[in-house]
Amino acid sequence: MSTPYAAPQAAPAAPGPHGGVDHRPARPVEQSTHLGHAIASEWTKIRSVRSTIWTLAVMFALVVGIGLLTALALESGPYAELPVLGGGLFGMMLGQLAIITLGVLTVTSEYSTGMIRTTMTVCPKRTRVLTAKAIVFFALTFVMTLAATSLTALIHSAMLEGKPLSPYHDLNVGADPSQAVETATATSQQWLQATVGVSLFVALLGLLSLAVGTLLRSTPGGVTTMLGLVLLPFLISLFLMTESTRELGDALREYSMLNGLSTLYHMPFEFTEDASQVNGWPLLGLLAAVTAAALIAAYARISTRDV
Amino acid sequence: MIEAFGLSKHYGAKTAVYNLSFQVRPGIVTGFLGPNGSGKSTTMRMILGLDEPSSGTVTIGGTSFRRHPNAARQVGALLDAKALHGGRSARNHLLCLAQLSGIPKRRVDEVLDIVGLRSVAGKRSKGFSLGMGQRLGIAAALLGDPRVLLFDEPVNGLDPEGIRWVRQLMKRLAAEGRTVFVSSHLMSEMALTAEHLIVIGRGQLLADQSVKEFIAANSADFARVRTPDTEPQLREKLTAALAEAGGRVDPEADGALRISGLPLPRISDVAHAADIRLWELSPHQASLEEAYMRMTQGAVDYASTAVPGGQPAGPGQPPHGTPPHGMPPHGTAPYAMPQGAPFGAPAAPGGGFVPQPPQPPQTGFGPPPQGPPAAAPAPVQQPTSDPEDAR
Repeated sequence: MSTPYAAPQAAPAAPGPHGGVDHRPARPVEQSTHLGHAIASEWTKIRSVRSTIWTLAVMFALVVGIGLLTALALESGPYAELPVLGGGLFGMMLGQLAIITLGVLTVTSEYSTGMIRTTMTVCPKRTRVLTAKAIVFFALTFVMTLAATSLTALIHSAMLEGKPLSPYHDLNVGADPSQAVETATATSQQWLQATVGVSLFVALLGLLSLAVGTLLRSTPGGVTTMLGLVLLPFLISLFLMTESTRELGDALREYSMLNGLSTLYHMPFEFTEDASQVNGWPLLGLLAAVTAAALIAAYARISTRDV
Repeated sequence: MIEAFGLSKHYGAKTAVYNLSFQVRPGIVTGFLGPNGSGKSTTMRMILGLDEPSSGTVTIGGTSFRRHPNAARQVGALLDAKALHGGRSARNHLLCLAQLSGIPKRRVDEVLDIVGLRSVAGKRSKGFSLGMGQRLGIAAALLGDPRVLLFDEPVNGLDPEGIRWVRQLMKRLAAEGRTVFVSSHLMSEMALTAEHLIVIGRGQLLADQSVKEFIAANSADFARVRTPDTEPQLREKLTAALAEAGGRVDPEADGALRISGLPLPRISDVAHAADIRLWELSPHQASLEEAYMRMTQGAVDYASTAVPGGQPAGPGQPPHGTPPHGMPPHGTAPYAMPQGAPFGAPAAPGGGFVPQPPQPPQTGFGPPPQGPPAAAPAPVQQPTSDPEDAR
C-alpha cells in the first residue's frame, strides 16, 4: 500500500487516549455544550472555505471599485448630480448579490455535501446550529459591508462634498428652501444610513437568504428565489404603469428591496420634494420583519424535518 | 448500549424499516448486516436522531440521541465518508466538529494521528481518496472519545491493509468496553470483525445472534458425490438409495449430487450396498456468505414466489428496499436469485403464490428442517400489515 500517510497499523500502538486498556472509569463529568461552542464551530466553518473569501472579496471590490468609478464620473460634472454619498448605491446593488449567495451557501453547502449529517450528529440541537450560523454570518457580513460602505462613503465625501448643487436636483436642500445651502453636503443622518443602515440592510438580506437556504436546502433554488425576491417586484412594477394597475405598481416599487437600499442612500425611487423627509429606516425595519418571519419558518423546518 | 423497540420508518408508501427491535451491547463488536437497500443506513440515521422514526423508539444509554446534553462525548458516528465539505482541510473539518462539542483543540491532532492522516491534515479533503475519507470520518467519530460508536460501511473503499486496520480498531474499541455497531453488506468481513450479528433484510429483522450461533445454525455440512458420467442410471439409483437412507439429495448443475444429513462413511456404505461406483465423495461446508445469501434471499422470496421453478431470473439485484408490505405477492419478481446462491435453481417446486414461511425454497441445500430455528423464517412470519397502520 503506497499510502502517502503514516502506516496505519502503527498508529493504534501509540499510547494515545485510545491506547491500551484505559477504561477511564473516572471520566470527568461531561459538561453540556452551549451556543458559544456552536458559534466557535461555525466561525471555523465559515472562515475555512473559499466561497466565503471569494464572495466577500467580490462584494468589497464591487462596492469600493464601482463607488470609486462613480465618484470619478460625478466629480467631472459641474454640479453635484446626486446626494454626496448616493453614488455608493450602484456598487452595492451588485455587491448585495454576493452576500445573498454567501447567505444561501452557508446553509446549503452543508446539505449538498452531506456535512449537515455530521454536524447534526455532533450537535443534535439543530436550532442551536442554525442560531450559531445566523449570528456568525450576520456579524461577519455586517462588519465586511460596513468596512466597504464606510470606505466608499469616505471616498465620495472627499471627492464630491462641496460641489455646487444643480438647480434641478434639490435633494440636499434643507427643510426650508430659503436656507438652501449652495454646495453639496452630507448630513449625519445620511452618513449613518449610507454606512450602518446599508450594512444592516445587506446583512439582513443575507440572513434572509440563509433562512431561505434552510427552507429549500438547495443552492440554486435559494439563490434563484432570493434574486427573484430582490429584482422581481421592481421589474414587475415597470409593467404596471397603466391607470388601472398603477397603484399596485407603485406599491411594488415602493416596497421593493431595491427601493429599500436606494432610500438608505437618500435616492428613493419616488421623487420627494422635501429631501429631509427621505428616511431609509422604515424599509429597513420591513426587511427585518420579513427576515424574522423567514427565520421562524426555518427554525420550524429544521427542527422537524429529517436531515 | 443501543436499544431499539419496534422501530419503523416509512417514506410515503415505501417502507424502509419495519418493526425492528434489537439491542447492541457494550464490550463487543456488533455487526449490522443486510443487502444494499435493506434499511441499515435508515436505521443508523434513526439511532442518531437524524430521521424521526415513523413509529417505535430507539435509545442510546437509555436516552434518545437528541436529548443527550453532549452527544459527541457519548456517541461517535461515521455515516458517510463523503459527508463533509470538500473545500475544508481535514484539520479544519475536525476542528469545527471539536469546537461544536467543546472538545479541546489538541484532540484534533490526536485523532489525526490515530487514523494516520496527520501528514495531509492541511490538505483540502476534496482531493482525498475514498479510503482517506473513511479515515477522516473515523477520526471524527473518535473525537469525543465516545462510549458508543456507529460505523456505516467503514471499510468501503479501503485497501486490504486499511480493512485490517479498521477491523483491529473496532475490536480494540470494543475491548475497551465501548459499544461498537458496524454495518456492512459483506458477511465475510463481519465474520472476522463481529462477535454478534444483527441481520436485516427489507427493513425487517432476520437474525439477532452471536456469530458462533449464526455459523452453527447456517453453515450446514454437506457431501458432494459424483457417480460415473458414463452411466447416468447410477446417479438416479444412488439418489433413491440415499433418500431412502434419510439423506437429503440435491442435484448440482454439473451432475454431482449434494448430500446433507448423512455422514460420509454412511454415504459410502449406502453406495457400496447398492453396488454403485463413486468418482467423488468429498466433505464440504457451506460458507457463511452462502448462509447469509440464503437468509436474505428468504426476505425477498415471499414477494417473488411467482418465479417459475427452475428459471432463475438472471443475475437479479439483491433485495432493493422495496417495501415488504402492500406489495402484491404476484408481483413480477423484480429480483429472483441472488448471484451468490449457487446451485439453487431447480429446487423451487411450486411457482405458486404461497408466501409460506419456513423454507426458502429456491436454494436446494437449505438446513434440514429440524435444524435450529434461528434464521430465515422470521421475516415471513411478520404480520403482513398495511404500511399505513404503523403510523
